[in-house]
Amino acid sequence: MTGRAAAGWLLRRLALGAVVVLGAATVAFLAFHLATGDPVRVLLGAETPTPAQLAEVRTQLGYDRPVLVQYGSFLGHLVRGDLGYSYQTREPVSELIGDQLLPTVELAGSALILALAASVALAVATAGRRPVLRGVSSLLELVAISAPSFWVGVLLLTFFSFRLHLFPAVGSDNVDALVLPAVTLALGLVGTFTQVLRAGIERALAEPFVLSSRARGTGQTQVRRRHALPHALVPLIALSGWTVGALLSGSVVIETIFSRQGLGRVVATAVGGRDLPVITGVTVVSAAAFTLTSLLVDWLSRVVDPRLRENPA
Amino acid sequence: MSAASADGAGPATGAVPRRRLPVRIRPARPAALAAGLVLALILLAAIWPGLFTGRPPNAVDPPAALQGPGAAHLFGTDELGRDEFSRVVHGTRVSLGVGLGATALALALGSAAGVVAATAGRVVDEAVMRVCDILLSFPGLLLALLVVAVLGPGTADATVAIGVSMAPGFAKLVRSQALVIRRSDYVRAAVTFGRRRSEIHLRHVAPNALAPLLVLATVTVGGAIVAGSSLSFLGLGPQPPSPDWGSMLADGQNYLAVSWAVAVFPGLAVTATVVSSTVVGAYLRRRFEGRGAGDGF
Repeated sequence: MTGRAAAGWLLRRLALGAVVVLGAATVAFLAFHLATGDPVRVLLGAETPTPAQLAEVRTQLGYDRPVLVQYGSFLGHLVRGDLGYSYQTREPVSELIGDQLLPTVELAGSALILALAASVALAVATAGRRPVLRGVSSLLELVAISAPSFWVGVLLLTFFSFRLHLFPAVGSDNVDALVLPAVTLALGLVGTFTQVLRAGIERALAEPFVLSSRARGTGQTQVRRRHALPHALVPLIALSGWTVGALLSGSVVIETIFSRQGLGRVVATAVGGRDLPVITGVTVVSAAAFTLTSLLVDWLSRVVDPRLRENPA
Repeated sequence: MSAASADGAGPATGAVPRRRLPVRIRPARPAALAAGLVLALILLAAIWPGLFTGRPPNAVDPPAALQGPGAAHLFGTDELGRDEFSRVVHGTRVSLGVGLGATALALALGSAAGVVAATAGRVVDEAVMRVCDILLSFPGLLLALLVVAVLGPGTADATVAIGVSMAPGFAKLVRSQALVIRRSDYVRAAVTFGRRRSEIHLRHVAPNALAPLLVLATVTVGGAIVAGSSLSFLGLGPQPPSPDWGSMLADGQNYLAVSWAVAVFPGLAVTATVVSSTVVGAYLRRRFEGRGAGDGF
């Protein structure tokens, strides 16, 4: 594959990504306008405004202009990073996202590392051998995949915080408080990761290069780790989109259970309070981040696995 | 269940399903039978809760609040003294209703969009598929949360939200199915024999497209139930005093230090439902594998 073809692929994907992000912004704008209830009334909250006050705020916010003009100005502001103001806190949404991003990234990052470590260990230990161990592991994975994260979180809380008093039940100040939320979020990923990894390792173990490596006297575990595991990681990379979604949805629920600061908590509160500027802001930003991630992932897969370059997407 | 093992087939690179629970298991017949039995019991509880418990789910009894499981109350009682077992049983209808309703809606919306995309020409096809891409770009629960923010919280609204967010997956499968079946030899043969268009669609296309769709629906129900109970845990689904597994857990969370029972049983019900429907779905998928384009799921 020549550099020119790669550049063409990248350009095509970038253009497609831009269309998707523009579409996501349009969906958010439509959502904002389809929402039942007058946003101005929501904004004024408990006060009972006079019609004149209502009209004034409406003009101030530009809600009296034609929809197309509003759409244009929405996109214009979006390009400059202006996502509007929260109904509830009256803060700029972009600042709100900026402030709350770090705790969520901390949570998601530690959960991802935990999940990867656990599932690599499990998959290497159970792939293609020890049928009993593997059966038990399969059953546990199925339960881990099926159990809703809010339940797992509440169970861990009950046991480790209220019975054993090992970890604090609420807060996000220190490392102690990160353990239970991260484990909860990681458990949701471990089952899927392990199944994908094990299937990959078993597929790789059937390849001739494994036989030749065994013939040279490489040990079982060494073959798995050095030769089979890298092959199994490719499908895991392809699962990144699902992973990002699971981490984000998980943090919405988990940050609520453990009363942590973060983007997920902001979303949960905003949906409950119907704070539409915050929700549309967060969804547009995450759709953009998500699109960029999947582009990077596809590019990474092409780098890792040259076979994918033969039939361009 | 110990016979459940990893699927040997490789995942298709490219389009990765995102809103379904990605499970690869090959349950043996006994495991599938056991799961089917559990699922049948759960369905029975949804249709006829009176068969399992005579207690009304909303009968308040403050002196008996937050008791542990015992002879009087099998699963204990909640903070108002309501019988937890009765609430879990009666909650089946609410929780399963959201999951099944959302799946049915996703199936209907997705099939309509997929059929239109596959048959209405290139421009329409491209447009429908781009809309699907856009909807799939909202990671995880976010699209459902956006829809709930628009519609407001409630049982029907949560169902619609989850259904809409799951529809693009069905649309993509239906479209690929329709394209594959249209080019298949048996359809060509039927055309050669001069069969009418409607007859070909009814007798050849529909049955072959339906099997993989129903299998996808079975696999999707689990994800829809988890999504529904997550929304209701956040207070965005069925409103009180309606018994629902997610909101029961959210209520119970405030009393964890006093009673563990309020937190354990509703979640156990969700997990049992999702595990059994996933196993049954995986078994059905295995039975239907090799029919039509099995690569779509």
